[in-house]
Amino acid sequence: MSESYKIVVGLEIHVHLATRSKMFCGCELSYGQPPNTRVCPVCIGMPGVLPVMNRTAFEYAVLTAMALHCQIASFTKWDRKSYYYPDLPKNYQISQYDLPIGRDGYIEIPEEGGGTKKIRIRRVHLEEDAGKNIHDLGGYTAVDLNRAGAPLLEIVTEPDMNSPAEVRAMAEELRRIVRFLGVSEGDMQKGHMRFEPNVNLHIRRGGQVFKTPITEVKNLNSFRALEKSIAYEAHRQYEEFLETGQTLQMGNKKTFGWDDVQEVTVLQREKEEAHDYRYFPEPDLVPVRLTAEQIKELESRLGELPLQMQKRFETQYGLIAYDAGVLTAERATAEFFDRTVRLGAEPKRVCNLLTQVGLKIANELSVRVDQLRMTPESLAKLAKMTEEGLVSATSANQIFEQIAREGGDPEAIAKERNLIQSSDSGQIEALVDAVIAEQPQAVQDVVQESKKAKKALGFLMGQVIQKSGGQANPKIVSQILQAKLDALKNP
Amino acid sequence: MEWTVRSIRDRVASGKLQSREAVERFFARIEKIEPQVGAFLTLLKETALEQAAKVDEKIASGRPLGPLAGVPVAVKDNLCTTFGPTTCASRMLENFISPYNAHVIEKLLAADAVIVGKTNMDEFAMGSSTENSGLKKTCNPWDISRVPGGSSGGSAAAVAARMCAAALGSDTGGSIRQPAGFCGVVGLKPTYGRVSRYGLVAYGSSLDQIGPITQTVEDAAVLLNVIAGHDPRDSTCVSEQTAPVPDYTAGLETPLEGLRIAVVESFLEGIQAEVQQAIEEALRLYQKLGARLVPIQMPHFEYAVSAYYVIATAEASSNLARYDGVHYGYRSPRAGSYIEVYSKSRDEALGAEVKRRIMLGTFALSSGYYDAYYLKALKVRNLIRNDFTRAFEQADCLMMPVSPTTAFRFGEKTADPLQMYLADIYTIAVNLAGVPAVSIPCGLDRQNLPIGLQIVTAPFTESMLLRIARMFEKSTQWHSCMPDIAK
Ligand SMILES: [Zn+2]
Repeated sequence: MSESYKIVVGLEIHVHLATRSKMFCGCELSYGQPPNTRVCPVCIGMPGVLPVMNRTAFEYAVLTAMALHCQIASFTKWDRKSYYYPDLPKNYQISQYDLPIGRDGYIEIPEEGGGTKKIRIRRVHLEEDAGKNIHDLGGYTAVDLNRAGAPLLEIVTEPDMNSPAEVRAMAEELRRIVRFLGVSEGDMQKGHMRFEPNVNLHIRRGGQVFKTPITEVKNLNSFRALEKSIAYEAHRQYEEFLETGQTLQMGNKKTFGWDDVQEVTVLQREKEEAHDYRYFPEPDLVPVRLTAEQIKELESRLGELPLQMQKRFETQYGLIAYDAGVLTAERATAEFFDRTVRLGAEPKRVCNLLTQVGLKIANELSVRVDQLRMTPESLAKLAKMTEEGLVSATSANQIFEQIAREGGDPEAIAKERNLIQSSDSGQIEALVDAVIAEQPQAVQDVVQESKKAKKALGFLMGQVIQKSGGQANPKIVSQILQAKLDALKNP
Repeated sequence: MEWTVRSIRDRVASGKLQSREAVERFFARIEKIEPQVGAFLTLLKETALEQAAKVDEKIASGRPLGPLAGVPVAVKDNLCTTFGPTTCASRMLENFISPYNAHVIEKLLAADAVIVGKTNMDEFAMGSSTENSGLKKTCNPWDISRVPGGSSGGSAAAVAARMCAAALGSDTGGSIRQPAGFCGVVGLKPTYGRVSRYGLVAYGSSLDQIGPITQTVEDAAVLLNVIAGHDPRDSTCVSEQTAPVPDYTAGLETPLEGLRIAVVESFLEGIQAEVQQAIEEALRLYQKLGARLVPIQMPHFEYAVSAYYVIATAEASSNLARYDGVHYGYRSPRAGSYIEVYSKSRDEALGAEVKRRIMLGTFALSSGYYDAYYLKALKVRNLIRNDFTRAFEQADCLMMPVSPTTAFRFGEKTADPLQMYLADIYTIAVNLAGVPAVSIPCGLDRQNLPIGLQIVTAPFTESMLLRIARMFEKSTQWHSCMPDIAK
C-alpha cells in the first residue's frame, strides 16, 4: 500500500524593529548593555506611568505590512494582553488584537528552478517585547528589562509551506525584505528575528487523508534551527502516527522546544493550555487613524521589493540568479548597482566589480557599499574603461579598491599607477611579428588547426602581452594576432 | 476668606505674608486638628519649608512668582512624588517611593505651591468613604463619627478643616465631588483629557481625572489654571488646538444671562428630604437670578452604576496586575515559588474591596463573558454619553444632587457594598460621559452636615461651569460655613 505525506507549516515570526527608542517610552534600544541600564519608569511599569506610541515604529510596521501586500487598516487600536510573568513588568503586554495593522497579504518567495511561490500572510501587528529572565544565578532568577518595551512586529502566515527548505526560503525572504525596507537590521545573532513554526503532516493512506496533531516549536532564532526542527518534527510525527495513529483534534496541539546541540525537538507542554489573555482595548492609548494621504506617502517610500528587483536584474540585465540574489541582499547594493548600470555600464562587469571588490571592502570597513568613496559615476567610468580595454580586469579591481578607500577618478588613477593598456596597433603589430617569428611550433599548431590549436593561441597571446610588459590591450592583441595567423592559413 | 488660595497668594506676592509663615501657620493647625481628623498619610513639613524658602528667596530677589506662590496644598496619595512615599493607602505600596513626580506635581511646584502632605484615600481610590484605606482612618471634620466620603476623603477633610488652603484629588466615579459634598467644600472634576494623568496611579484609566478641592469656586479656577493643559506623556490628554486652555478666573464674576438649567425630576425622588429641599432651594435661587429650568430625561442613567462597575473594575483588574511583589512594593516573606510571590503578596497586601473589584473585572473580561459584560457596558456608556449630549443641546448645564444623603456613619454601609455602590448614582454617569462637573456647598442638614449641589456642563466648558457655580456662591454663604473643629 502506497503511503505518502505532505508537510504543512505555518509560521509565526517576531521581528525587532530598528527604531532608535522603545515602543512606548523614550528609552534607547539595547543589545548587550549591562542589565537594566536602558529602562525608565514607563518600561518597568512603575505606578502612574502612561505609554506614548512611537510613531516611527508604527510606520515601520505599516511599511512591512505593505511590502507583504496586506490590507492596511486605516483605523487600528491597541489592546492589553494579560498574563503573569516576571519579565512582563505590568503583567500585561500592549499588543493588537482584533484590528491588526495589516491582514490578508502574501509574501512571494523564490523557488528552486527559478519560479516563485506565494505564502499567504494572515496578519501583521505591532506589540511591545517583554524583558528577559536570567536563571543561571544559583537559586535566584533575575530579570533584565533592557528589552522590555522594545517594538516587536508579529507576522503570522497561513499554513502554506510544505517543506523545510520552503520555510527557510520564506524566513530568508522576509529577512531580506525587512532589511531592504530598513525597518529591521535582521541580525540573527542579535536575536532580531524569532520563529515559531506550527507543523503537522497530511498523510495519505488508501483513499483517506490523516492529519497529525499540530506541534508548535518555540523560539527558533536561526534559519538552520528552523529548517532542521521542521525536518525533525516531520520525521517524529510520522513515526508517532505509525505508532499511535493519533490525529489532529481540538486541544491536542503540543508545544516543543529545540535542542540545538542534540538537534531534536523537546516536548514542553503536552496539551495547549487554555490561555485566557483577557484582551481589552488599551485605555491609555488613543486609536491610530491613517488617512489616504498618509497611506500614499508610505507607499511611495516602499520602492521596489528585493525579489522583484532580483527578477528584473535577471531579465533586464541578463544576470544569473545567484549574482542577482547577491546584489539584492541589501537595498544599498542593489540601488548602487542599478544606478551604475543606468549610466551605461555593462551589467555583468559592474556586478563583478561590486560583488568581488565593493562588498568585500564594505564588509571589511563595516559600512554599506554606498558609504564607500566610490560613486556610481566613477564605477560606470571604470567599467567602461575595462570594457574598452583601457585597463585590464585585474587593474580595474585595484583601481576600485583605491577609489573605495581614498576616492579619486578612475582614469587619473590608472594613468598615475601606469595601468593604461597600449592600443597602439603599430607597436602591437611589431610585437606580434616578433612572437610569430620566435614561436614557430605554436604558430604551426594554430595554422594546422591541430588539437593544441586553442592552447597555442592562448600561449601566443600571453607572449605578446608579456613582451608589452602587460601594457598591451588584449582585445587589440587578439585582433592583430588572429589576422596574422589567418593570413598564414590562407596564403 | 482669610486663608483661601487667592488671599494667601496675594499676601505672599505683596510681601505682607512670608511663605514660611503661611506654612508654619498651617502646620500649627495640622498639629492641633489632624489627630482628630486623620486626613494625612504623610506630612511633608521639611520639604514644605524648603519649598517655602525658595518662594521667599524669589520674592527677596524680585524674581517673578508663580500663581500659587506660597500656597500650602495637600495632594492625594495616588499622585506620585519623589519626596515622601506614594502609598495609594495600600499596604502593597506602604514603603514605595516614586522615582518621578506626577505631571500635576511638577505643575504645582512650577507654580510655586508648597506641598504640605499626602492625603488618605480609599485603597487605590476604590471606595466612597475612605473606609477602604489600608493604612488609616479619616473622619469627617463636621462630625468625627462620620465618614468624609471618598475616595479623596483625606483631601476633602484637610481642606474642610483648613489644614491646607486647597488639595488635589482624583475622580473616577465621584471621588472628588462626593467627599467635597460630604465635607462642605468645592470639588471640581475636569473634562476627561483636560488634565494629564501622568503620575496618577491608575484605577479606571478611561474614567480617572485629577481635579482640585478648594474652599471657593475661584480657588478651583486658580488651581485648574495651573494643572490643565496638554502633556505629551499622556496620549489621552487633549492638545491645545483641540481645546485651548483659557484663563478660568477670567469672567468668573460675570453671571450667565438666560442660563438654562436641565433638571431631571426623578433625580430628586427617594433621596434624603433635606438634600432634596436644598437642591430645590438652589434651583429657585438660580431662577431668581434669571435662569430657566428645562425638565429633561436621562433615559439611560439608571444603567450607569452597572456599566461603571464593569468598565472601572475591568480596567482596574489590569491596572493593578503590576502589584505582584516582583519588581517593587510588598513581597510576602512566605512565598515559596514565583507563583506564590504573586498570590501571597497580593493576598496579604491588598484589601477586601480591591480584591473584590479585581475579581469582578477579571470576570468581566474573561473569554465567554466579555461580550455580555464589558462590550455591553461600553454600549451603555455610549448611550449615557448621548443622553448628556442631548441634554446640553437643550440646556447649558445639568443640576442634581452629588449624593442621595449627607455623610453617613462609619460602618453604616460597609456590610453591603451594593448599597455603597448605588449611592454613587449621581456622580458615576458624569465619568462615563467624560464631562466636567463641580460639587459646591448648598446647605446643611438638621445634623449640621453639608449638602452638595452638583453642576455638570458639556466637555471642555469648565469656564462656564465655574461661572455658573460662582453665581450661586456669590449669592449664598454656604461656602463660608466651617466645621467647629476648624474654627
Ligand atoms: Zn523606558
